[in-house]
Amino acid sequence: MKTRLARHWISGVMIGLTYLAAVLATLPLLLILAHLLKKGATSLSLSFFTSMPKPVGEAGGGMANAIVGTLILIGIACMIGLPIGIGAGIYLSEKRSRPLAQSVRFLSDVLNGLPSIVMGIFAWEFLVRPVGHFSALAGGAALGAMMIPLVTRTTEEMLKVVPISLREAALALGYPRWRTSLSVVVRTALAGIATGALVAVARIAGETAPLLFTAFGNQFWSTSLREPIAALPLQIFTYAISPYDEWHAQAWAGALVLISIVLVISLAARLVTRSRFGAPVD
Amino acid sequence: MLQSIEVSSGARVIPRVVAPRAAEAREAVTPGKPCIITSHLWAFFGDAPAIKDISMVVPQQAVTAIIGPSGCGKSTLLRCINRMHETGPNTRVDGQVEILGSAIYGDETSPTAVRRHVGMVFQRPTPFPAMSVRTNVAAGLRADPKSRLAKQNVDEIVEEALHRAGLWEEVKDRLNESAMTLSGGQQQRLCIARTLATRPRVILLDEPTASLDPLSTQKVEELVYQLRETVTVVIVTHNMQQAARVSDRTAFLLAGELIELAPTNGLFTAPTDPRTEAYITGRFG
Repeated sequence: MKTRLARHWISGVMIGLTYLAAVLATLPLLLILAHLLKKGATSLSLSFFTSMPKPVGEAGGGMANAIVGTLILIGIACMIGLPIGIGAGIYLSEKRSRPLAQSVRFLSDVLNGLPSIVMGIFAWEFLVRPVGHFSALAGGAALGAMMIPLVTRTTEEMLKVVPISLREAALALGYPRWRTSLSVVVRTALAGIATGALVAVARIAGETAPLLFTAFGNQFWSTSLREPIAALPLQIFTYAISPYDEWHAQAWAGALVLISIVLVISLAARLVTRSRFGAPVD
Repeated sequence: MLQSIEVSSGARVIPRVVAPRAAEAREAVTPGKPCIITSHLWAFFGDAPAIKDISMVVPQQAVTAIIGPSGCGKSTLLRCINRMHETGPNTRVDGQVEILGSAIYGDETSPTAVRRHVGMVFQRPTPFPAMSVRTNVAAGLRADPKSRLAKQNVDEIVEEALHRAGLWEEVKDRLNESAMTLSGGQQQRLCIARTLATRPRVILLDEPTASLDPLSTQKVEELVYQLRETVTVVIVTHNMQQAARVSDRTAFLLAGELIELAPTNGLFTAPTDPRTEAYITGRFG
């Protein structure tokens, strides 16, 4: 039998190890943030958000088009990914054991693991080649397709934890089945579903591969959905592999903006989750 | 044993209700007009019958308790009365149930319409977490937005329902708070208020106090006792003392069969079937 002292000692060491692991887990993010701040903050100014890229050799310039482009691409992706993903998630939770539900569940997991470059090729094949040119729409669709399995699965998980007893209570009040699903089950899980959606958005916001041959990037101002559109990840890629120092600096600033967008979305997701346990909705 | 039922129930939980009522009221109950009539009712899970050929009459404006050991089909019988049984997978109902003269298993009867007139409260409180106290109580009114009730003054209905459930004083300043902030006993009375708001003719209670502490149990029991003045109540309970305290008539179920249905006092003091006697004297179950 171990002495009390030995047990204290072992306990201390084990707790210390888990602390260490916890610190190591957050270290990469902290290092990246610190490095980005150091390298990117100097090039970051108001004009970075408002002005267009300048040709090599000219001072200043910004990524206004890429920032707007990324937001537009996220918008298109949400319009495609959220309705389909949430709808499929509701189906999976309502008809859990149907053979179709089981295959949809399996296929979404496969789709979730699909390399994003493959998604890009797929979008190119069906949305770029037949039309003959790159477009914001194709890029948004590729990102939207990536969102679908993520949103589907989180929606299903959030709905699954709504207890059966709530569904029964609503049915016993005389709610038709569809109204039970929407106004009780989905409504109870709404905060969770919103969180899942925001996490999916954060995940695709920084994707580069699916945009390479769909949205393609654009050095000029364009908000047209049928034209190639600039996007932060693409712009960062282009600038980072260029040989010009001022472009490198801009790439760092772009990376900082991109990570800030993702951070803001993640924080929003946290806030939404918290409100679920706070004040009542309605 | 019988004495111990009286004594322990009286002393432990509600001294004031049991004593005066047991003598006069119970004996006096002659079944009024029938409210619920089940005829040759069978309910199945897959191929296995959970209740077998139950024919019984539940009188209006009285409390009828259903007792019996676990798995005897008490809850299933209850859930056949508002067509909830068929919401489970692989379930089937045979036979007929009439409520106030209408056959609820008719070809043209919609289950949702039946459930709007027959309220149900479950073992565990089921307030809707995403709704406030007020919207919870009003939830049933919105089951059918076209109905007469949905057009009336919702606030008045909510207040009246909360009064009837004896919860108004406790929650009148918290109507906009989440229903989850209430205690378990308050949540259960909220569920009763939610059911009352739709003005049902019948209320089914499925072990409504099983998850409550003794004080909350007492409040719910007093409420059930008052409810019988306006609605017909059927209550499933595991607790024989509770059946003795709140009900006018008691049905004893065993392995899916209705063994005996009699005035509560009679059933507990002089059961006609030996199996009933064995159960209430604690020889099994």
